[in-house]
Amino acid sequence: MAEAGRRRGPTGKPRYSILALARNALSYHENWQAAWRSPEPKPSYDAIVVGGGGHGLATAYYLASVHGIRNVAVLEKGWIGGGNTGRNTTIIRSNYLWDESAAIYEHALKLWEGLSQELNFNLMFSQRGVITLAHSEHELKEMRRRVEAIRLNGIDTEVLSTADVKKLVPIINTDQGIRHPVMGGFIQRRGGTARHDAVAWGYARAADDLGVDIIQNCEVTGFLKDGNGAIEGVETSRGTIRSKRIGCVAAGHSAVLADLAGFKLPIQARPLQALVSEPIKPVIDTVVMSNAVHMYISQSDKGELVLGAGTDSYNSYAQRGSLNIIEHQLAAACELYPIVSRLRVLRTWGGIVDTCPDASPIVSRTPVDGLYFNCGWGTGGFKATPGSGHVFADLMARDRPNPVAAPFTLERFKGGYLIDEHGAAGVAH
Amino acid sequence: MMLIPCPWCGPRDDSEFAYGNQAHIARPSDPASTSDQEWAEYLYFRDNPKGPFAERWMHAAGCRRWFHVVRDTNSHVILQVYKVGEWPDPALGVGPANKES
Ligand SMILES: Cc1cc2nc3c(=O)[nH]c(=O)nc-3n(C[C@H](O)[C@H](O)[C@H](O)COP(=O)(O)OP(=O)(O)OC[C@H]3O[C@@H](n4cnc5c(N)ncnc54)[C@H](O)[C@@H]3O)c2cc1C
Ligand SMILES: [Zn+2]
Repeated sequence: MAEAGRRRGPTGKPRYSILALARNALSYHENWQAAWRSPEPKPSYDAIVVGGGGHGLATAYYLASVHGIRNVAVLEKGWIGGGNTGRNTTIIRSNYLWDESAAIYEHALKLWEGLSQELNFNLMFSQRGVITLAHSEHELKEMRRRVEAIRLNGIDTEVLSTADVKKLVPIINTDQGIRHPVMGGFIQRRGGTARHDAVAWGYARAADDLGVDIIQNCEVTGFLKDGNGAIEGVETSRGTIRSKRIGCVAAGHSAVLADLAGFKLPIQARPLQALVSEPIKPVIDTVVMSNAVHMYISQSDKGELVLGAGTDSYNSYAQRGSLNIIEHQLAAACELYPIVSRLRVLRTWGGIVDTCPDASPIVSRTPVDGLYFNCGWGTGGFKATPGSGHVFADLMARDRPNPVAAPFTLERFKGGYLIDEHGAAGVAH
Repeated sequence: MMLIPCPWCGPRDDSEFAYGNQAHIARPSDPASTSDQEWAEYLYFRDNPKGPFAERWMHAAGCRRWFHVVRDTNSHVILQVYKVGEWPDPALGVGPANKES
């Protein structure tokens, strides 16, 4: 895919580089070219992607760069990256239990490793390691088993003792007398974080460069089908747009789109909240998650502590959750990291995640010919963004199951071939 | 944050309640003749509307009784609260999920 990185699109954008930075400094950074155009929608396209989050933009980019399908529109009801892409806590890892999940998340992680170069956009991808804590003897034993399974799939992961954890995370409280003592954990050193907005912007800029139309403020409100029930186009808030190949990548709103298309998804929309503290000096240079206390922590480059939690229990599209989740998460944070107790919370927010019964995604054809869905990533899809877009573009371009994505069909719920990742994904991201 | 009116105890903070998801889902009455597709729908497929939704809640930190709520999932406004064995107001358009219930 190295050649996909070459700039040869119709817009002929100049590359970002240190020289470009210096040149633009001379004009007080007032003459930077727009990163993408804002074209009027055309009456028809070879392919349409509904949803301008990271996954949708990546899909469009790979349709253009890998499959040569460049007459593509991304339709976004708000602004690109304004959904979960811009709301998540940016944890990236591939240490999932089952072979199917390992394959798709590791595919994504390998793409992350070269993505800033390929897109010519600094995604601030930082492989600072991701630690998952064990708080009981049982959890530790289960973790050992998980680590062996993950290693058999060729994915880097190591068991940590309490002392190892303390060495990597000096601010952690390893007192064995606390309610949920740290009894060890495991780490994926290739895991880490990336700048979430940059992922949307980087893919958008690169896709635009290859001719993809990124159309914001354009909500899909219905689907058009031909006499045989195959897809023909979409109704949108900016008029009818036709295409015989449409992929929906709408995260929390996937069920709403499936309703419009006339079928059901095994998906429930739930709020997932996160918060950041006021910025402080660097105190933690890795990511630490804990499934038992539903809390995880990292530090942004600006110095804010980024804290995540589990989902709210109820269905919602309101992009907000309940205060008790935040109370619970902060209680856990204060016990595990006592130095945070006097920090102020800077802001909290929520996103709507598309949870699936087996905590695994759906990357699939649908009962409507020509209509594909990529959803169900729930609480943990940011890490999958490049891989998800890559395999979904392949499915859309060739209309046959992509080898990596094949297990993630909608049909699995009927056949019973669930890929139960609750242990790896239920709380953690 | 939501204030949920338990039909037995009155309005309480939502942290006192456990969620039971979509209401009025009946188990297939004749398992032997139920197809894989019907089982899948019973087990895994639930409505997920953006708008009024009939759902079950349990007052876990109170009377511990189950009851029903019709709630708008977009605004969190609670439109109706009713007991087990009762039905949603037809005007809210959230009728029972399948005919067996
Ligand atoms: C608080 C929080 C923390 C998280 N933390 C992590 C983490 O640490 N690591 C991780 O891997 N994952 C995490 N996630 C999950 C991750 O954010 C998502 O799985 C991922 O971003 C989904 O990507 P997306 O592109 O599909 O979604 P989105 O960015 O939500 O994109 C979907 C887009 O579709 C648009 N859309 C919806 N309906 C329509 C319509 N009718 N017409 C047009 N457009 C429409 C929306 O406006 C939206 O922009 C977290 C999520 C949240 C909310
Ligand atoms: Zn009660």
